[in-house]
Amino acid sequence: MLDYLIRRLASTIPVLLAVAAFVFLFVHLLPGDPARLVAGPDASPQDIAAVRAEMGLDLPLPVQFLRYLGQTVQLELGRSIKTHQTVAELIGERFMPTLLLTVFAMLWATVAGVGLGVLSGVKRGQWQDQAAMVLAISGVSFPGFWLGLLLIDLFSVRLGWLPTGGYGTWESFVLPAFTLGTAVAAVMARFTRSAFVEITAEDYVRTARAKGVPERSVIWKHTLRNALIPVITLTGLQFGFLLGGAIVVETVFAWPGLGRLLVDSVAYRDYPVIQAEILLFSCEFVLINLIVDLLYAVVNPEIRLR
Amino acid sequence: MSEAAIAVPALRSPSAEFWRRFRRKRVALASGGVLLALILAAIAAPWIAPYGPFVPDYDNVLAGPSWQHLCGTDTFGRDIFSRILWGGRISLTVGFVSVALGGVTGVVLGLISGFFGGWIDGLIMRLMDVLLAFPGILLAIGVVALLGPGIDNVIYAIAVFSVPVFARLVRGSTLGLKQTLYVQAARSIGVRPALLMLRHILPGTLPSVIVYCSLRVGTSILTAAALSFIGLGAPPPSPEWGAMLAEGRSYLGVADQITLFPGLAIFVTVLAFNLLGDGLRDALDQKLR
Repeated sequence: MLDYLIRRLASTIPVLLAVAAFVFLFVHLLPGDPARLVAGPDASPQDIAAVRAEMGLDLPLPVQFLRYLGQTVQLELGRSIKTHQTVAELIGERFMPTLLLTVFAMLWATVAGVGLGVLSGVKRGQWQDQAAMVLAISGVSFPGFWLGLLLIDLFSVRLGWLPTGGYGTWESFVLPAFTLGTAVAAVMARFTRSAFVEITAEDYVRTARAKGVPERSVIWKHTLRNALIPVITLTGLQFGFLLGGAIVVETVFAWPGLGRLLVDSVAYRDYPVIQAEILLFSCEFVLINLIVDLLYAVVNPEIRLR
Repeated sequence: MSEAAIAVPALRSPSAEFWRRFRRKRVALASGGVLLALILAAIAAPWIAPYGPFVPDYDNVLAGPSWQHLCGTDTFGRDIFSRILWGGRISLTVGFVSVALGGVTGVVLGLISGFFGGWIDGLIMRLMDVLLAFPGILLAIGVVALLGPGIDNVIYAIAVFSVPVFARLVRGSTLGLKQTLYVQAARSIGVRPALLMLRHILPGTLPSVIVYCSLRVGTSILTAAALSFIGLGAPPPSPEWGAMLAEGRSYLGVADQITLFPGLAIFVTVLAFNLLGDGLRDALDQKLR
């Protein structure tokens, strides 16, 4: 296991470095002079020159990249062009709302998705299966922002039960977390069902049935446990999807999170913030996948040996 | 698989067998029909739309659905039904063009990667890993941040995040096909690599590519609408469906038709692509059912 851990960690580092390189080059790919962008439209040539020196833009590119890496590791991410706050501060403020939102969405989506998938697998071909799968394919195809608007219309505007947006009380979490989790629940349901159906066809399941193991035990012990192994991987991938989905859902519900910050920053061309956010989201995604792969190796010893 | 299918082995060509199975998928066939209708309606929008997409009617602002305005009117009295028809042109174009761009790039990279192996394979696949390290819409937002908002840039943005998916898929099939006897035979009589890839390997990878295209077009339309909704795609007054939804946000509970019908249009289109893709996949691969 330790061997696998080291190998997997080693393979993550080049990906993280490449992601950082992409994000670093991002500012250099921008049309125009980055120093002028950061200094603002009214800056004098002296100001621009000062900013250029401060940002190290007159150094050779590889040196700049090393500097960028060093600063990033120390969380020196520059200042927002819009608010002049440090980017680290800005992201710190917005981090918790997004984290809580994605965690709640993931929780309900996993429970509902795996539940529906297992129901479908057990009742394969019957009406429960068909109903669950209709629900799932609809969930995959439903635009999250439209669902959010429909829910606001019904529960906030018409019934007045829940707030239309904002962040704070537990009520404010219900609609955004539900909206964000829907597509993930749907994907999980479809995936769990197919994993379940695949395992049901295995010889050892047939053997268990043939020797008279009670159906309940065949489902829970022989089938479900093994079907859940690939579901773990999917959960990790879906987390990345949730991070992306949060960008849209936070816009619908005026949620003061990282997604909303990113959209605002793109609209304002606040490049230091955009750069830091893209880096943060991608690193989170890479790390989540790393954790998932390690978990996967814990439950499935075969992986470690490859 | 039924007994009959086992009793009569391999008398049909693979494509005939595929059509035989696909014809039985009623949901997928119906979805194909719906898509065809949507595409035709989008093409014919200038002739069949009852009103122009930008024509205001200030005497008829925020009107509910009626015979004059099938889906009602918006804040400027523009006919929502006509705007949805015109918007279909944008959404379907974005979907098809971005998947075509991303698909072709991904297929070529996947073929090269799988066929040559070695350091080329390593380089291309690591590059794809990096692209996959950015969650889908984030990559698109990054591209839009670079190129500026607008529907053309949305197409490039979405194409970029389709590339790694196709590259991985095609690389996988290429690795398998490279070992087949007919490819080995072709290689042994000195067929050049480019020709080997194009004539002997590419056709074998196409079925799974087509399935993925259908699923990706749906995803792309959804992503484009999302980008327009958050203000990074088509700007108002464009009749892009996501942009229409964004315009209707302030009228929830007052004039629901502004958000209801464009949302429905996105949902139906994406659902049809997904159902078609599912049907194609099932018809290609019995095991996955």
